[in-house]
Amino acid sequence: MGSIALVIAGGIYLASYLPRQAPLLIPTVLIGLGGGLLLAAVAQLGGLRQFAWERFYQVSGWALVAYAVIAGMIEFVLLVDHTRGTLLILLTVVLVIFALDIPIILGFSVARHQDTPAGIP
Amino acid sequence: MADAIGEMPMSPTAAGATLNPTRVTVVPVAGLPLVAAALAFLVAAVAGNWLWALDFIHVAGGGLWTGIDLFVGLVIGPIIGHMSVPARVEFSTRFMPKMVLIMPTLVVLTLASGLQLARRLGNLAVPYPNHWWLVASFIVVGVMAVIALGLLEPANLAVLFELKKPRPNGLLIAKLMRRFVYTAGVTGLMQIATLVIMSRIATW
Repeated sequence: MGSIALVIAGGIYLASYLPRQAPLLIPTVLIGLGGGLLLAAVAQLGGLRQFAWERFYQVSGWALVAYAVIAGMIEFVLLVDHTRGTLLILLTVVLVIFALDIPIILGFSVARHQDTPAGIP
Repeated sequence: MADAIGEMPMSPTAAGATLNPTRVTVVPVAGLPLVAAALAFLVAAVAGNWLWALDFIHVAGGGLWTGIDLFVGLVIGPIIGHMSVPARVEFSTRFMPKMVLIMPTLVVLTLASGLQLARRLGNLAVPYPNHWWLVASFIVVGVMAVIALGLLEPANLAVLFELKKPRPNGLLIAKLMRRFVYTAGVTGLMQIATLVIMSRIATW
């Protein structure tokens, strides 16, 4: 959730300067921190042993499809608006983090309350 | 979905005794073509820079998003709070899957068309101090997005999957649903702020 908040904050900072280009230091730091938190979450997830992985992949897989579509549509809007260069790269990174983060959150939120393969909740 | 269910004090097995888990769907597949059609309309509006369509999508989508959120929070939620546990479960199993499709679709439609509309109408280029209204709208949407995506939607899905179990844990469901109660105030305030900001932008 912290990752989402950070990348959204970075996106808001960039959007607040539109149609001009914002200074990129602050949003880059925010988005970088958001990406770092995402990687940390993935690493923590990978360390889990007794976990309902099948349910996790089921939920996060379909959620990834849905949020990839959403992120793709927003990227499409950016391209139609002739967003280019570093700004486009930053916003694309925001969308990638967004599209990966939400499915992980959804999958984990469901799977943590499901029975593990050994039958231990 | 704020305050949609309210407190659900039930025993760990009460929900299971009142519900057939095979009847619980998480995502209503029949609604997917409608979602696809709405998104296709959005793509066409953005690609064609079609002013009327952008305005329609933004006004209709935003109006529905705000209206549903406030109506569910202020009307449906208190009603459900006075229903029996079996009735709440029955309602939730039919209501929540539809919200899984409806709310994210409305959000995407509203935000994407809103950004395009702002560019097309020149609202993004408005100088300060009026530009603060736009920044305020970004912040409001950002707060709602974090709450909805980070707290409410995960709780929504977790509750639906819990209801699918042969013997759902009522205490867990109640705990998850309390998120809607706790965030109801914040999301309600954000929705009212949205109404104020949007009407201000439309009339400056």
